[in-house]
Amino acid sequence: MALIDLANPTRFLALVARALPWLAAATALAFACGLYLSWFTAPDDYQQGATVKIMFVHVPNAWLAMGVWTVMSIASIGTLVWRHPLADVAAKAAAPLGAAFTFLALFTGALWGRPMWGTYWVWDARLTSVLVLFLMYLGIIALWRTVDDPSRAGRAAAILTLVGAVNLPIIKFSVDWWNTLHQPASVIRLGGPAIHPAILTPLLTMALAFGLLFVTLHLAAMRNEILRRRVRAMGLMQAHAAQGA
Amino acid sequence: MTALAALLVRDMRLAVRIGGGALMGVLFFLIVVTLTPFAIGPDLVLLKRIGPAILWIGALLASLLALDRLFAADHEDGSLDLLLMGSAPLELTVLTKALAHWITTGLPLVIATPLLGLFLNLEPQAIGAVALTLLAGTPALTCIGLIGAALSVALRRGGLLLPVLVLPLTVPVLIFGVAASNAAITGSGFGAPFMILCALTLGSLVLGPLAAGAALRQGVE
Amino acid sequence: MDLGPHATFIIAAYAMAALVVVCLIAWVLADHDAQRRQLSDLEARGATRRSKGLSKS
Repeated sequence: MALIDLANPTRFLALVARALPWLAAATALAFACGLYLSWFTAPDDYQQGATVKIMFVHVPNAWLAMGVWTVMSIASIGTLVWRHPLADVAAKAAAPLGAAFTFLALFTGALWGRPMWGTYWVWDARLTSVLVLFLMYLGIIALWRTVDDPSRAGRAAAILTLVGAVNLPIIKFSVDWWNTLHQPASVIRLGGPAIHPAILTPLLTMALAFGLLFVTLHLAAMRNEILRRRVRAMGLMQAHAAQGA
Repeated sequence: MTALAALLVRDMRLAVRIGGGALMGVLFFLIVVTLTPFAIGPDLVLLKRIGPAILWIGALLASLLALDRLFAADHEDGSLDLLLMGSAPLELTVLTKALAHWITTGLPLVIATPLLGLFLNLEPQAIGAVALTLLAGTPALTCIGLIGAALSVALRRGGLLLPVLVLPLTVPVLIFGVAASNAAITGSGFGAPFMILCALTLGSLVLGPLAAGAALRQGVE
Repeated sequence: MDLGPHATFIIAAYAMAALVVVCLIAWVLADHDAQRRQLSDLEARGATRRSKGLSKS
């Protein structure tokens, strides 16, 4: 199926309607496997004990936090360069999902930090960069909600997303640098030695599960956004007709 | 070239007039620096320790304030449309406005720094370092702020949207600005963060007008 | 299964993750229902997406 076929909203809606049940089932299955592996087969880490189980939720969400911004960036290029009709729909639908995953990464990171470092929040490079990323997600969502016209909002959000995409590596680098500057004397080794396969398998399974969750929710949210725009268009058309009558 | 020079002079004149907000920035800077000891306490040692940080955050917030009016005023009276239709490339036009903004807002902040540094019990060396980093970094703040200002130009009730969009992007500038200041105070390692700060400014001089131009084009369509 | 001394944190982490996932799914489903309802309302009132012979202003 060529990308151009997906440009037609009606055809896209039909495709989503067919694909969604399968994706939802696949997501549920992946979570079932992932949760089983995480809780029943994963051994305790020699350093972290059972709290390594938090990593199985924390790491996939951290990956998704970055990954969703990447999806939004690609969609933004689609909006600005190719004027793909569904590009800004994709970008708008992805933003709240990305924000939710980023929040989860922060929250589970804090819960992991408490047993590890004795405090809920640590200004370490990773958590801090993700916090700034979270703020940027909220900014994008704010921008979407402030501009009335969907396509105008789409172009504004696309520019901001791409600016953010350029900035994210810079921010990550800065925060890393800043963190080494202020690192306390005892450096805590995060993650320990190379990841044992018994830990890697549950991690990757949960990553797959969360990834499938994103795809499922994203397509469903895109469908909702298309319907929302139809409602808006019909509402405007009706108001126009009433005015003209 | 004369068109851009005329734009520069016009913007600077408008900024120093009533409602222009040029010296408001410095006043706000002063207020922020004055408020901080009320919150932290008059402990001079502590103030000296965090002085550079307070000055930087004050400058950051003060820069942000004046950005609001950067494009909004032109949008309201229609001169933004004229600028967009002008023969000069939009990016250069935007850069000229940014320069006017910096001269009337950023530069006064740099000049005010020595006085405010005294309030925070900073040594002369520290004051010089902070002033230098602000001189190098405030153009970056202006150019990054351009992007938010352009994105929110058509919004009547933009409110805090501009700071919300811009502030996360300014985190690297803040980090390296303060790091360079502190490095100058302790006497070692000034070069690296200062170089990176200058790099950030140079980069934003390009990225800012590009993104702002794109945002202005789509906003006024 | 022994979760060790930090069991509360592990459970809290998974619980919040479950909560967020459930909320996201609920939001997407509820939004779908709302849009469907609004669309059928508009269609019942005779609105269309195409302007039938209306003069464009």
